[in-house]
Amino acid sequence: MNHAPVLVVLVPLLAALASLLLPPRLSPWLFGGGLAGVGSLLIPLYQRLLAAGPFRYRIGGWGWPLGIDFYIDGTGFLMLAMTWALLAGIGWYSLAYFRGRPAGAHFWPLLLLVWAALDNLFVTADVFNMYVTLELLGLLSVALIALAGTPEAYAAALRYLLAALGGSMCYLLGVAMIYSVSGTLDWVFLRTVLTEGPGAVMALALVTAGLMLKSAIFPLHFWLPRAHANAPAPVSALLSSLMVKASFYISLRMWLWIFPGVLQVHVAGPLLGLLGAGAILYGSLMALQQTRLKLLIAYSTVAQLGYLFVFFALSMHPEDVTPALQAVVFFALSHAFAKAALFMGAGVVQRTLGHDALDRLAGSAQRLPQTVFAFGVAGVSLIGLPPSGGFVGKYLLIDVAIRERQWFWAVVLAVGGLLAGAYVFKILARAMTEPPAASPAPSLGPSLAASAASSALTGEGAPPPAPAVVASSSLVVEAAASPLGHADSAPPERGLVWSTWTLAMTAFLLGLLALHPLQVIAIGAPGAGPRLPGAEAAQ
Amino acid sequence: MTTALWYALVGVILLAIGFASLILTPGLLRKIIALNIMSSGTFLILVSLARRSPDPVTQAPDPVPQAMVLTGIVVSVSATAMGLAFLLRYYEATGRLALPEDDLPAAPAPRHEEGPSA
Amino acid sequence: MNRQPSLVPSTTGAPAVERTIDPTRGAPRRLPPGADPTGEGRAPSLLVRILTVVGVATFGALLASAIVSLPPTAPGLLHQVREQLPNSGTKSMVTAVLINFRGYDTLLELTVLLIAVLGVFVIRQGSRVVEPPPPSLGPLALEFIRVLAPFLVIFSGYFLWAGGEHPGGAFQAGAILGALGILLRLGGVLLDRAWSERTERLGLTIGVFTFAATGLVGLAGGGTFLTFPPAQASRMILLIEATGTLTIGLILVLLFVGGSLARPSPEKSAATPVAPVFAADAAPAVTPAAAAPATPPAGPAATSPSLPEAEP
Repeated sequence: MNHAPVLVVLVPLLAALASLLLPPRLSPWLFGGGLAGVGSLLIPLYQRLLAAGPFRYRIGGWGWPLGIDFYIDGTGFLMLAMTWALLAGIGWYSLAYFRGRPAGAHFWPLLLLVWAALDNLFVTADVFNMYVTLELLGLLSVALIALAGTPEAYAAALRYLLAALGGSMCYLLGVAMIYSVSGTLDWVFLRTVLTEGPGAVMALALVTAGLMLKSAIFPLHFWLPRAHANAPAPVSALLSSLMVKASFYISLRMWLWIFPGVLQVHVAGPLLGLLGAGAILYGSLMALQQTRLKLLIAYSTVAQLGYLFVFFALSMHPEDVTPALQAVVFFALSHAFAKAALFMGAGVVQRTLGHDALDRLAGSAQRLPQTVFAFGVAGVSLIGLPPSGGFVGKYLLIDVAIRERQWFWAVVLAVGGLLAGAYVFKILARAMTEPPAASPAPSLGPSLAASAASSALTGEGAPPPAPAVVASSSLVVEAAASPLGHADSAPPERGLVWSTWTLAMTAFLLGLLALHPLQVIAIGAPGAGPRLPGAEAAQ
Repeated sequence: MTTALWYALVGVILLAIGFASLILTPGLLRKIIALNIMSSGTFLILVSLARRSPDPVTQAPDPVPQAMVLTGIVVSVSATAMGLAFLLRYYEATGRLALPEDDLPAAPAPRHEEGPSA
Repeated sequence: MNRQPSLVPSTTGAPAVERTIDPTRGAPRRLPPGADPTGEGRAPSLLVRILTVVGVATFGALLASAIVSLPPTAPGLLHQVREQLPNSGTKSMVTAVLINFRGYDTLLELTVLLIAVLGVFVIRQGSRVVEPPPPSLGPLALEFIRVLAPFLVIFSGYFLWAGGEHPGGAFQAGAILGALGILLRLGGVLLDRAWSERTERLGLTIGVFTFAATGLVGLAGGGTFLTFPPAQASRMILLIEATGTLTIGLILVLLFVGGSLARPSPEKSAATPVAPVFAADAAPAVTPAAAAPATPPAGPAATSPSLPEAEP
């Protein structure tokens, strides 16, 4: 399969077109077909990557510098695989979430287009093509947020639209500067072609500022909490797990692949790191103050994105950046799974209880045992306890910091973990208190995790007398406190619960499977060996 | 200083004007217009940078930035149209033309719903 | 039956209030405390203004100095484009870059336009399209449009054709086609429910679809995606641009109208209404002209305490 790099983009794109033309009820099938198709394309890509290292695919056969090339390396491939796995989970959840609801007719084509855009971002080697992709993702996010249909969502979507447009405009200017200095748009070759000077400095500054706005790095995070908290649950999961990683991914390419050979980037690295540290502290403290579950999770995203930028402080000095790169990509990976699970769980809570007010979560551990268990397990990954994926990512980051004797960053990372623990326990504590007038609840175990596990094992628990009303009818509007309260809710649909649970367990167990992904990340890492232009196998 | 550079500087000025009004004006319609001014400035910078060293024979500029600008214009049109449609809907739902200033509400936000007119 | 209709705002399909935008009539009815009277927001404080102006001016100065310091000779791709131009199937360098050398960008760009329309469809689900004023253009203007229309079609075709050798191409031709559609709309010729939903969807997707399909043809010929063999390149480019023109024109019209112009498909309207998750779900179909449901729900006003009442 020589054309796998482009087919991973085309399969979802064509499926999206088909879903617009065919009756809406066929859209989930098209999505499933896309999963099968892209899944079977990822395998030959992976084998080729392992056998021959990073490789190029020339769109239109023109090749660098005239045409647009694709370039697959370990990091890009891992992001592709992550996108696939997360979309499988989110798609499963959405199947139950949008069943029988007309909004689904809009949702599936947009989801397929998001997929095509993300895949394109992770394979393209062209920085201008990345700009087009960023715009695709930005407009798609705006449309998806608006699916919620509430004025709050419209306001959040508009705010995001303005921020995203401003951000990508900055990025476009940066790309224009890059092209004016070098005459090249390919990030693999730019390293050798770009020349030092004010133009390059300005290009890096513009690109970085635009991408920071788009990935909501403190203090440019203002749009994120509202956008992520007001969207429908599957969309929140999508935005918080994958979309914010997209612009981070471009920053990674800029700061690790393109500019180190040209500018003294290590001067600016600590500055980005400080912003990251600020994001960790501010996001965590804000998360602790929230009274709504989805807002808490959204602020947790602000905090967790901080880790991704602390990485820039750690990656600038070492000769070999591979360990730091492995740490941060793996961290992004496990955060994506954990955060998607949290938002999906919040959707289950909203749908079952009719609200997501934190102080009214009492008793939900009995009503929604698997969901609360998923919260706990995903929370373990956010905090960074073993054996979760978050643990491995954070451990590797701290390891790099200590080896470089950069104690400050090690402390920041550790404090961030503690704060994450605080807000995760805030959710769990509320969820596990007994309801005011509840049926006999299972006794809380000595440790929270054990308790969560035991309540999960008891299955659905003892559901309170549920009247014959569809669960969803009590949920009028997401993000709204339903006056109907707890009384008339049935257990949530199985698809919602089990997809949440699966993603949470993936985030939890990712740490055990870390070794191989870490090796994959190292393929094509900068400094992992001389990879001069032309050394790659040509398509 | 060539003519092309002067055009680029005009582009920078346009960009700065748009940027400042994007931040300073609270009205959403003005923000959308400000973004359009910003993109005009950006596109002007792009095409004038492409004109810096035209073809010695035909005086044709570098076509790649021109294609980039065309792409950028399409993106800008799409985003503007979408922004305006969203603004209209937001106005219908809330009667406001600006985003709420206050930070996130502490309590679950009460739902604003379009009620049929009495 | 615990469900209390009075607590369920408009899930049964409350007709959204049809209202045209008229700033003087003051649609903001009851504002939250502290809100600005015009709904346009409050101007920032003097300090913020000064800081912004200083910051933006600094940014502009830095950017300008960076631009001035660029090498006088741009290291662009002009020569590569010129070299490969004979193989591109077009004589216009910009078209060659746009459709052939960097055609992949253009494919995604068409997708951006498509997404904008999909976004407008999403946002319009919950309300009826604000109708443009009924043909307010006088008889003279209508006659003018009648005369102009065939010429615009010819112009559009010319721009499409000329794109092979001169500046022009799908985007310019599509923009002219879109302008024609807007004129027809303003003249009251292009009405709601102008075509079936299938036709509209086909028109919206055919540009991207043809582009991708043509690219896959190159794949069958032993090349990579979007490889156009020089012998057939000009025909392939014309095909891509022709369908692209149609799609772009249609998209621009729909963006102007702010919603779909299609008749609701029978399948959609026959879909059994389930209790919706979102308010948007309860809305009538995407179509702007969808008739308002016959029965408004009972007492939705009681459900929205913070909602300002509509003007009597």
